[in-house]
Amino acid sequence: MSTQIAPWIILFSPLVAAVLIFLIGRFSKTLSAGLAILSAATGCFLSWWLFRQTEVAPQLALEWLNFGPELTITIGITLDHLSKVMLLVVTTISTLVFIYSTGYMRDEEGYTRFFAGLSLFLFSMLGIVLADNFVMMFIFWELVGVSSYILIGHYYSKDSAADAGKQAFIVNRIGDFGFMLGILLLWSATGTVAFSGLLSAIPGFQGAPVYLTVACVLVFMGTVGKSAQMPLHVWLPNSMEGPTPVSSLLHAATMVAAGVYMLARIFPILEVVPDAREIIAWVGGITCFGAALMATQQNDIKRILAYSTISQLGYMVLGIGVAPTSSEAMFHLFTHACFKCLLFLAAGSVMIAMHHETDMWHMGGLRKKTPVTMICFIAGMLALSGCPFTSGYFSKDLIIEWAVVKTPFLGWLAAAAAGLTAFYIFREFFVVFFGKARSEHAEHAHEQPVSMLVPMLILAVPALFAGLPMIQEQFFTLSHPDANAVPHLLHPFLYAMFFGGAGLATLLYFKAEKDPVSIPLFANRLYIDDVYFWFVNKIQGGGSIALSWADRWVVDLVIVQVPSKLTWACGFALRFLQIGSIQAYAFFFGVGVVGLLYILLSK
Amino acid sequence: MPTLAHYLLVSGLLFSLGLAGVLLRRNILIIFMGLELMLNAANLSLVAFSRFNLLPNGLPNYNAQVLVFFIITVAAAEVAVGLAIIVALFRAKQTTHVEDLNTLKF
Repeated sequence: MSTQIAPWIILFSPLVAAVLIFLIGRFSKTLSAGLAILSAATGCFLSWWLFRQTEVAPQLALEWLNFGPELTITIGITLDHLSKVMLLVVTTISTLVFIYSTGYMRDEEGYTRFFAGLSLFLFSMLGIVLADNFVMMFIFWELVGVSSYILIGHYYSKDSAADAGKQAFIVNRIGDFGFMLGILLLWSATGTVAFSGLLSAIPGFQGAPVYLTVACVLVFMGTVGKSAQMPLHVWLPNSMEGPTPVSSLLHAATMVAAGVYMLARIFPILEVVPDAREIIAWVGGITCFGAALMATQQNDIKRILAYSTISQLGYMVLGIGVAPTSSEAMFHLFTHACFKCLLFLAAGSVMIAMHHETDMWHMGGLRKKTPVTMICFIAGMLALSGCPFTSGYFSKDLIIEWAVVKTPFLGWLAAAAAGLTAFYIFREFFVVFFGKARSEHAEHAHEQPVSMLVPMLILAVPALFAGLPMIQEQFFTLSHPDANAVPHLLHPFLYAMFFGGAGLATLLYFKAEKDPVSIPLFANRLYIDDVYFWFVNKIQGGGSIALSWADRWVVDLVIVQVPSKLTWACGFALRFLQIGSIQAYAFFFGVGVVGLLYILLSK
Repeated sequence: MPTLAHYLLVSGLLFSLGLAGVLLRRNILIIFMGLELMLNAANLSLVAFSRFNLLPNGLPNYNAQVLVFFIITVAAAEVAVGLAIIVALFRAKQTTHVEDLNTLKF
């Protein structure tokens, strides 16, 4: 095995699995699940093997389109430290989620379709990770969109699921449009779309700095769509309509991570355009705070986690905006992938125990019924809320430190969001696992099979410990801001935030029968969804009505109906000549010939 | 000695007879014969033109006569097809009168 071949095997084994599952999977459920898990496990094994290789041979690239010296597009592999770490995250998380899915989906319809979708999804994500140029990345970027559409709309007979899939696809399209424009601008600035070429060409770019800023912000729009940053975050909570393993995969290792990974990939370009990074930092900071606010008032067990994901992605984007390297954001992506995946799997386990009830006010008292799930949930919760010495504590605090140093306002905003994070996740925890059972299902809940518990227990380990310095330095080279530059208040403030948020949630929600707090602004998601609804309904709907009027009265009537009726009228008039007498026809014919001759000869 | 005008006169008469037959007779076979008569009127005038428009070397212009042979050949083929259609029509309708063949109308 060489380091040239291994990435291709990692990339294509899920695709092969997806095709095989489509072809032969319907004969056996075990076979389709087995194929998917085998392909993911192969990728996982090879990724770890590749990660251990210090020497990497130059990668092969296939010339795909050649438009002359101006533009050559290759299908090739980038294998550097960044993509190796990302490969580890993606393949490892996917393998665990695939195994979990065999348990979660055991009684569901479309079992084989689901595993084929998962494999296709993994293939698309690996394509983004391994792409060596923007065009190839864009292709896989869109493939991720398509496969997420398939998976979110898995229960396609349910209207809400079909709509959610459509929404995810359409909202992503808006971001992708900007992404594509950004790619084209960067290409016209440098004449290349390959990352290696771009990275060497951009620092020497001679044109106006605002050109690069615009290009980078447009590329960042791709991230805004895919990584669900404000204001394009609305699709992500709705994507909860998909089966929980999909949410878990979508929100941890794939799809939403793609946006951050892409920013990390082009980080050397962003370094020379400080204005673009400023914008990125602000979007990230506002998202991480705004989404945390919305999460505090949700009642759906998965939606809280969805807003939490948006908020955590905000931290990563903020990290890209303020930190001196991309490692800090990638570090948070890495730890977040572990604990958020864990939280989703735990939530899925609760949902199965509750017969697909997702309103957490119908749960309660599950700590005795599902103890293993609760332990896993606690591990994920502590990491997410930044409990000292868990993985989230290290990665989140590092980003906040840099933010405080670079842009104090955003830094303190992110620190406050950390308090909200602790509050909303402890709220969810207490409402789900403590208090009395508030419904029939909650009283008869039971623990889940081993295939679901084992992946959760495995994930609990990195969720708690992946941030420890001796582990993190295996994967990342992190830089910390100068200790004197960081305000001395910051760390006490962060501890206060964690304990304050967790304590307040304990106070309010321990044994709460119904929500003692009601803030409509947050419960209604800052009314952003309503603004979109109003816009689509009124503005776009009004435009559609005008266009429909034009279509009906201009196109249909003037352009189509008038000539059609005119032709019909002529035909109707001429019909009376059809009198059924052959000799009359001969006579008309003769008169016609004579008339024609007269016209021709009289000149 | 008959001149070109005589031939054209005869040809015109034949054509008119044919046309009158087509327009006025009711039996489809007679109409068909009228058609053939019109074709032969055209043939006659072509041959007459050929005979009376001598080329500078004193020979008639044979192009017209070749065209006549074409017309005869095509007419023979047309008669074969036409009669076949009439036979088929008779079998279907038990009539050869055009007044009875008037279903194709508005």
